[in-house]
Amino acid sequence: MSPVYYLYLAALLFTIGAAGVLIRRNAIVVFMCIELMLNACNLAFVTFSRMHGNLDGQIIAFFTMVVAAAEVVVGLAIIVTIFRTRHTASVDDASLMKL
Amino acid sequence: MENLIALLVAAPLVGAALLLCGGKRLDRTGHWIGSLLAVASFAVGVALFADMLGKSAGHRALHQHLFSWIPVGGFRADVAFQLDQLSMTFVLLITGVGSLIHIYSIGYMEHDERRRRFFGYLNLFLAAMLLLVLADNYLLLYVGWEGVGLASYLLIGFWQHKPSAATAAKKAFLVNRVGDMGLSIAIMLMFTTFGTFAFGPVLASTGDTSEGKLTAIGLMLLLAACGKSAQVPLQSWLGDAMEGPTPVSALIHAATMVTAGVYLITRSGAIFNAAPDAQTAVVAVGAVTLLFGAIVGCAKDDIKKALAGSTMSQIGYMILAAGLGPIGYAFAIMHLVTHGFFKAGLFLGAGSVMHGMNDEVDMRRYGGLRKYMPVTFITFGLGYLAIIGFPGLSGFFSKDKIIEAAFAKGGTEGWILGGAALLGAAITAFYMTRVMLMTFFGEKRWDPSEVHPHESPKVMTIPMIVLAVGSVFAGGLFSVNEAFVKWLEPVTSFAHGHSPVSATVVTASTIVVLLIGVGIAWLMYGRKPVPSLAPRGSLLTRAARRDLLQDDFNHIVFVRGGDHVTRTLVQLDRSLVDGAVNGTAASMGGLSGLLRQLQSGFVRSYAVQMLGGAAVLVAATLLMRGV
Amino acid sequence: MTGLAAAASVTSSGEAVQFWILGIVAVVGALCTILMKRAVHSALSLAGTMIVLAVFYLANGAYFLGVVQIVVYTGAIMMLFLFVVMLVGVTAADSLKETLKGQRWLAAGLGIGFGILLIAGIGNASLKEFNGLGEANAGGNVQGLAALIFTKYVFAFEITGALLITAAVGAMVLTHRERTERAKSQREQSEARIREGKQVPPLPAPGVYARHNAVDIPGLLPDGTPSELSVNPTLRERGQIRDVSGESLAELKALEQRSEEWLGRSAEDEPKPPASGGAAPKEHKEGAKK
Repeated sequence: MSPVYYLYLAALLFTIGAAGVLIRRNAIVVFMCIELMLNACNLAFVTFSRMHGNLDGQIIAFFTMVVAAAEVVVGLAIIVTIFRTRHTASVDDASLMKL
Repeated sequence: MENLIALLVAAPLVGAALLLCGGKRLDRTGHWIGSLLAVASFAVGVALFADMLGKSAGHRALHQHLFSWIPVGGFRADVAFQLDQLSMTFVLLITGVGSLIHIYSIGYMEHDERRRRFFGYLNLFLAAMLLLVLADNYLLLYVGWEGVGLASYLLIGFWQHKPSAATAAKKAFLVNRVGDMGLSIAIMLMFTTFGTFAFGPVLASTGDTSEGKLTAIGLMLLLAACGKSAQVPLQSWLGDAMEGPTPVSALIHAATMVTAGVYLITRSGAIFNAAPDAQTAVVAVGAVTLLFGAIVGCAKDDIKKALAGSTMSQIGYMILAAGLGPIGYAFAIMHLVTHGFFKAGLFLGAGSVMHGMNDEVDMRRYGGLRKYMPVTFITFGLGYLAIIGFPGLSGFFSKDKIIEAAFAKGGTEGWILGGAALLGAAITAFYMTRVMLMTFFGEKRWDPSEVHPHESPKVMTIPMIVLAVGSVFAGGLFSVNEAFVKWLEPVTSFAHGHSPVSATVVTASTIVVLLIGVGIAWLMYGRKPVPSLAPRGSLLTRAARRDLLQDDFNHIVFVRGGDHVTRTLVQLDRSLVDGAVNGTAASMGGLSGLLRQLQSGFVRSYAVQMLGGAAVLVAATLLMRGV
Repeated sequence: MTGLAAAASVTSSGEAVQFWILGIVAVVGALCTILMKRAVHSALSLAGTMIVLAVFYLANGAYFLGVVQIVVYTGAIMMLFLFVVMLVGVTAADSLKETLKGQRWLAAGLGIGFGILLIAGIGNASLKEFNGLGEANAGGNVQGLAALIFTKYVFAFEITGALLITAAVGAMVLTHRERTERAKSQREQSEARIREGKQVPPLPAPGVYARHNAVDIPGLLPDGTPSELSVNPTLRERGQIRDVSGESLAELKALEQRSEEWLGRSAEDEPKPPASGGAAPKEHKEGAKK
């Protein structure tokens, strides 16, 4: 087996995550899907690191994790705040546009 | 001496400023101030004239440069005056007749509460007219040209409480604008062609310029002259202008302002001499107008309008003469001066009659007035004899010369012009005899219980007498030893025409047609009583009563045509311009409506769009790599 | 992959087996994440996927990241998710019915298209050989990473530190609510209640029975219907009231019947439960509906 298969898996997971973002209305689940996409990218980075024989890919994946952690903290805080005021976590309900 | 020239203009200008800005405190003395300043201007004119006579013919022109008006780069306009023999003639005519009419107006406007203002306008007119004839360049002439237009507008509409007067003033103004446009275009053409518009350089350099440009300038000048001098096709305003007070009609619309066109053409003689096509247009306009005015004059029952038709016709003679070139300029001006005398006298006489008849103007309600106003009758009669060209009086000399010159034009053209001039003379004799008979002879057609005809006061009759004397003797005086022609020759140049018929024959035939005209008039109006109500008349008579349908023509061609053009333009504006604008807006709106669907406010829709964009980017990257 | 490739292009067969088994688990976990109705289930599925990914990191020689993935992601971040899910409502199931027109088809089409594009891109790239991390990890994976982080990527590292602090402060600012007025004393609260005249006595206590010792069970009114007032308003809002009135009444009836049988009395002789006692609790119920 070639490590390229890890890349295929990463692409598949990324696509599933993207589809989840588009389909789900619950902001928390949407967030989870974004995490899934980030993890898929990390897998790709780690695989690339192995293929190139240096650790730079892992460093990038590491930074991605840090940024993802920060993003989750702020994002969940926003969701909580929205839920407090609107009593819902649906992203569709945040639309105030008239159609 | 040349420093006095500005004084000519300044005196009436100061008068106008004083009277128009002076307020009510000048109500009592205003007419005296105005008249005095007019007379002062005349006195200066006479002094300059005496000085001029003392010099030899070639050195008579005076020049006064006041200041540089618009000095901008290559463009240079000066306020400068030029007083040569031609200007001198006009100065004397304007200030002389003007002074007389000022004096006459003191009596005529005695009961008008806005008399001060009237004299202010008269002074303004004098100043503008003098500026017109004294200017040494076309731009300054244009200032005077517009100034007399303004004064004319103000004076026609002087009795503005009458809607007809207000309308007539507006009409005169508008029609004059057309002519003024011609003059301004001519001046612009001159500037592009010669680089200047001073008389000297422009008229001296006509030889180096292409005939096409000169023809264009000439035609534009002719348009200007048509507007100011009420020539076909811009003649329609003069008849209505009679709504103004009668002294105004005498001064502005008979003796002076309406002859400005003749002055313009004579002054620009060098241009016309070098542009034969323009000259042909000038004589055509003159010939048509002299017949047109005469025919209109035959049909009018309003004494002032009959005289207005006559004015039009007589100016037609002058324009015709001016269009003949060097053989006619001098006679045009000579007829202009004699006409200034007798037509002013006739108008003042008509004013005197109206003054005694409760401002009645319909000649069918006159009759037998010679016993009631003898001075008016005699002065009017002398003016009448002069205008029809009775041998020995002014009109005889000047008109006869014009007819001779018309024949001298030569060829078929000469015969046609001469014939028209002769025919005009006959018609002139007819309609003037008609006016004379209907006014002073025959039975009374007025109600003695309501109207009490009386002679006018001396302040009115004396100017009439002076003008009558001029009407009788001026022509003879000018013709002694061809004095007038020699006087003007340095300015206008002069050439003897070679008439196919001898002068004696022309004179004889003039007298014959004169007698025929008088005879027919006597048969129609002297021998049998004149009906108080106008008979229906022939088709031509009815058309002539309506000024030969000039207003109908203007209405149909210009008013309706203009309306139509405007409507079409509005339609075009709505459909094309607005359509394009609104169409753009609507299409933008539609497009926005479509794009708005994308902007739904749902985050997930935006996410779909983002993913789509990302997919496109990835696809593009792959394709680029594949290539 | 062809077996003829160089040794460096093929991994061990053990790893291949592990990949195929755990890869399927990861994909199923991902699919569950996006398809589960309840957010809790989604979170748990995602945690599973992440653990699988941690194993893959380890297999790829990223030992440090593998451990961090488990500790930070699966341990901290997913717990944070679960915490928020609990806060928002653990039992509330999302409707998976699509409300936006064409959204699902677009999402599916774009997702599949995007996936195909990515996979085509990877397949198109010539990635037949790989170097392996043997050399890079020679001095230890953590030491290698540390050397890079504190030399080549030191600025990025510092900046991520700043980012984390900012995020922490941001989260605090977003969720913290400053009390702008003094809290009401008990006396003031009771006075306000009487002034409003809506709910003068204390709210009824939740129905605590031997079987259901829980706050989400409403107390029963004398007529046997549940009093919603007796349940916490947050639970009421989420619709998480467990109505046990039916079975309680049935149990009560059965108990009475058994006692009657035991006492030998007939049901007809027993006087009806007093109807007058139900008046006051009924008012409570109506008050809650207002």
